[in-house]
Amino acid sequence: MPYIPHTPDDRERMIRTIGIGDVEELFDSVPQSLRLRRPLDLPPALSEMELIRELEAIASENKGAQHYVCFLGAGAYDHFIPSAVNHIVRRSEFYTSYTPYQAEISQGILQVIYEFQSMICALTGMDVSNASLYDGATAAAEAAIMTLNRSGRKRVLVSELVNPHYRAVMRTYLSQGLAKLDVVRSSGGVTSKDDLQNLLGQDVACFVVQYPSFVGTIEDLSVLAEMCHCVDASLVVIADPIALGILRSPGDLGADIVVGEGQSLGNPLSYGGPYLGFMGAREEFLRYIPGRISGATVDREGNRGYVLTLQAREQHIRRERAYSNICTNQSLNALAATVYLSLMGRSGLRKVAELCLQKAHYLADRLTGIRGVSLVYDAPFFKEFLIKTPLPADRVVAELRERRILAGVPMGRYFPDMDDCLLVCVTEKRTKAEMDNFAERLGEIL
Amino acid sequence: MANIPDGLRYTKSHEWVKVEGNKARIGISDYAQSELGDVVALYLPKVGDSVSQGDKLAEVDSMKTSEVIYAPVSGVVVEVNSSLDESPEIVNEDPYGEGWLVVIEMKDSSELDDLMTAQEYSKTIEEGA
Amino acid sequence: MSRSTEPLIFELSSPGRMGVDLPACDVPSKDLGEVIPEHLVRSDSPDLPEVSEVDVVRHFTRLSRRNFGVDVGTYPLGSCTMKYNPKVNEDIASLPGFTSLHPLQPVEDAQGVLRLMYELEQFLCEIGGMDSASLQPAAGAHGEMTGLMLIRAYHRARGDAGRRKILVPDSSHGTNPASAALTGFEVVEVKSDSRGGVDLDDLKRLADETVAGLMLTNPNTLGLFDENIEEIVRIVHEAGGLAYYDGANMNAILGICRPGDMGFDVMHFNLHKTFSTPHGGGGPGSGPVAVKEHLARFLPVPRIKKDQNGSFYLDNDCPDSIGKVSAFYGNVGVCIKAYCYIRQLGSEGLSSASKHAVLNANYLLARLREAYDVPYDRRCMHEFVLSAARQKKAGVKAGDIAKRLLDYGVHPPTMYFPLIVHEALMIEPTETESLEALDAFADAMLKIAEECEKDKDKVLSAPHTTAVGRLDEVRAARKPDLKWSRD
Repeated sequence: MPYIPHTPDDRERMIRTIGIGDVEELFDSVPQSLRLRRPLDLPPALSEMELIRELEAIASENKGAQHYVCFLGAGAYDHFIPSAVNHIVRRSEFYTSYTPYQAEISQGILQVIYEFQSMICALTGMDVSNASLYDGATAAAEAAIMTLNRSGRKRVLVSELVNPHYRAVMRTYLSQGLAKLDVVRSSGGVTSKDDLQNLLGQDVACFVVQYPSFVGTIEDLSVLAEMCHCVDASLVVIADPIALGILRSPGDLGADIVVGEGQSLGNPLSYGGPYLGFMGAREEFLRYIPGRISGATVDREGNRGYVLTLQAREQHIRRERAYSNICTNQSLNALAATVYLSLMGRSGLRKVAELCLQKAHYLADRLTGIRGVSLVYDAPFFKEFLIKTPLPADRVVAELRERRILAGVPMGRYFPDMDDCLLVCVTEKRTKAEMDNFAERLGEIL
Repeated sequence: MANIPDGLRYTKSHEWVKVEGNKARIGISDYAQSELGDVVALYLPKVGDSVSQGDKLAEVDSMKTSEVIYAPVSGVVVEVNSSLDESPEIVNEDPYGEGWLVVIEMKDSSELDDLMTAQEYSKTIEEGA
Repeated sequence: MSRSTEPLIFELSSPGRMGVDLPACDVPSKDLGEVIPEHLVRSDSPDLPEVSEVDVVRHFTRLSRRNFGVDVGTYPLGSCTMKYNPKVNEDIASLPGFTSLHPLQPVEDAQGVLRLMYELEQFLCEIGGMDSASLQPAAGAHGEMTGLMLIRAYHRARGDAGRRKILVPDSSHGTNPASAALTGFEVVEVKSDSRGGVDLDDLKRLADETVAGLMLTNPNTLGLFDENIEEIVRIVHEAGGLAYYDGANMNAILGICRPGDMGFDVMHFNLHKTFSTPHGGGGPGSGPVAVKEHLARFLPVPRIKKDQNGSFYLDNDCPDSIGKVSAFYGNVGVCIKAYCYIRQLGSEGLSSASKHAVLNANYLLARLREAYDVPYDRRCMHEFVLSAARQKKAGVKAGDIAKRLLDYGVHPPTMYFPLIVHEALMIEPTETESLEALDAFADAMLKIAEECEKDKDKVLSAPHTTAVGRLDEVRAARKPDLKWSRD
């Protein structure tokens, strides 16, 4: 049996030590009525060689982003992952370890988390961070819940320009009796200040906004922060960590909590997971932050070390009074992000952001140069933009897929009156030749 | 042996009350801080919050546990000990003095009659609180 | 190993260093001020490290050597199932055919992975005795929350708004009551009886028309199989509630018995426990939920379906669904590894895993029961709980024993859980430990028990051989230092 080292001799010795006659006796406490009297209906076991053959066949039935030229975004991004990242992540001292509750033998991962927390604070302009959450969507939901817990209020506002998948997750979390969720409309690709003003009130715990937005646009968060703070509500910002290499930090613009999706930082597309939710917050939210936190301290001899700290916030101590139920986090993905950000460093991340920005603007210019294609919004954008085409976006996507281009994400599935709109994403991996080709093919089909 | 000063009132959930005119200064007893162990964080109400007797007033986290602190009397919170933010250990070091948590302006001072004297509280601890 | 520290990556920085080389921009560049309003541009780059690739690789390699994983030694953490992580699964999950798929690509591009996910759902249903599943929850606690939302949706759909309570045993894992509270339920604890199982009288007293459901794991957190399980579920069903199974302890019963057959309506699995996917230093895990038919329509969207041509697609048209609990479809990269594990082991391999897990635990119990107190003197399943009460009388706590074990090269067992046992040490060896490894662990525990009597200072001042000594956790909590800063 694979991975089970026991020989018949071993078993013999063991049952004698236990004082039984047969391994079957160990299951005496399972009532006969419950015992499964047949094998499980599963495919026959495979040797390792056969397993590899079988799974390689399954893998080859997929055509991932490298099979095409990928201009898809909308919450998952085809960014460059430097080779060194995977060499570190695949070190088994890291990936076969458990949660670092025994700090003395887990200094490796604890220090990684401390470094990760430091980098998230640097990017977001926040005071404190944690060891990660499941993904950007659940991080947004947890952030909203933090503001509910701290303020005692019962309403959450969310911009309609927040990723619709994230809004759906927030709705699922909050509809368990926690709070009322209201959507703030947009106008011209940015928050409608009138709508926000109408909806803000003394019963609102926070307003959740995305930076850049789901449709790629960038808006001035400081105006939104001021409006929220007037009624003592918090501003929660969902931020693209790559954009934070070049855009002013949400903390600097008045945000109270910043969350987001860290997949862009050294983690592969992986058909949607495992991803990496990150969270940064102002000092006053520290005791309401969900999840694990690594803190620095010293040992009895004065050596610097790291421990999981402020554990009394968590479920294993608070149980039903915990402000979140989270236990497992995304440690290994956070390790990848920490290595990525270490390799990139302050100038590298800025360079990646600049490349995304310049290439996206180049492609936008080339595409809008085609008759009938226009940018939907005037607002500034970073690496994603929304275009309107004379043909339905689904048609455009299907045609371009035949030409090995994943043109973008059609908006019709998210916004009812946007069947002719396409969200196009350009990362640093896209070349001028690829973009010129995209423009030419699009010109052909229109 | 836990310290249980006379002149204060006590609850069976280990809060103490010092009456100051129509205000009640509230903290946790020496027995409570000793059971908790090292206090690391407090979640205190905001000035202006209203509470009823028996409601959750605050929370205290220690290294190994987290407990709720209940309002011994009803009223409005008028003062909160914000020095505990930086130095939560004061609750362990001086639970009846600098380790006070909250001051409430009482709604109905007759509620104080529901609370225990030092002797009564001492007895409940001996009997295994 | 002697004491040592590793500098922070920031402390290794030197201005101007970079660890990557990026290509120049190949498109005509615009002036930044033309495209982004000035006040929204960062005035300086973020305070990240500046190190060369060599320094990055050395730093993180050194950090890895300050970490203990299953690949280094025995990890008998109760309730965690730290079994060996097969390397072939790591390789397969890294195939570009899986890693390069964008979640919003047309389903025609993802037929391989969709088939894998569809089949995994079916495998899990077969193993659990359930009818339908969803791989969307990213972890066990996430699965619990999802399962409780399903229970709420079920009662809501029946027009029964009075079911506000969830019952959990006093021995339950903390995520159970936390998930219930997060899902808006009131949590009520059910007592355990002297045998360590659910106290039936207490349950009967509590199970009424205000109860939405009961959360249970069986075997429970004490590693004991509750023979009354069918009666327990019947009591809950009779009161109109549903029964939720926490699948954390599935490693004891694979192919032996099934939660669905015990009567449970909904359950979650921990792929990173039972199904060998790595713990990753705390994650990523995966916590799929599986349900009986009457709950299937509430499962998160999208559902993975197969059309009449045998092609797989994502179905978002599920009007009764509770909605979404993750941005996309779950931790697919983790699911792939669990799929591989199940394909490689098959039915016989999985049953054998459980049998050997239970054998290993009982062997250790037999070796340790003289030196330590055993609070529940019954046959255990895949894990058992000892109490260090005797050692505490000698002045040594469970935590001290754990620290001394580090000096013997073993990761300590789970401490102080479940809460109903004093000075608890919960031990789960898993089936992948050999007899020699078990004996080495038992020998270390016995040696330490002796030290507690004869030389307790060695235990109280442990650990001696780790990279750092015992750390001041009180200071870390009272004076939080949670990030590096330049000053």
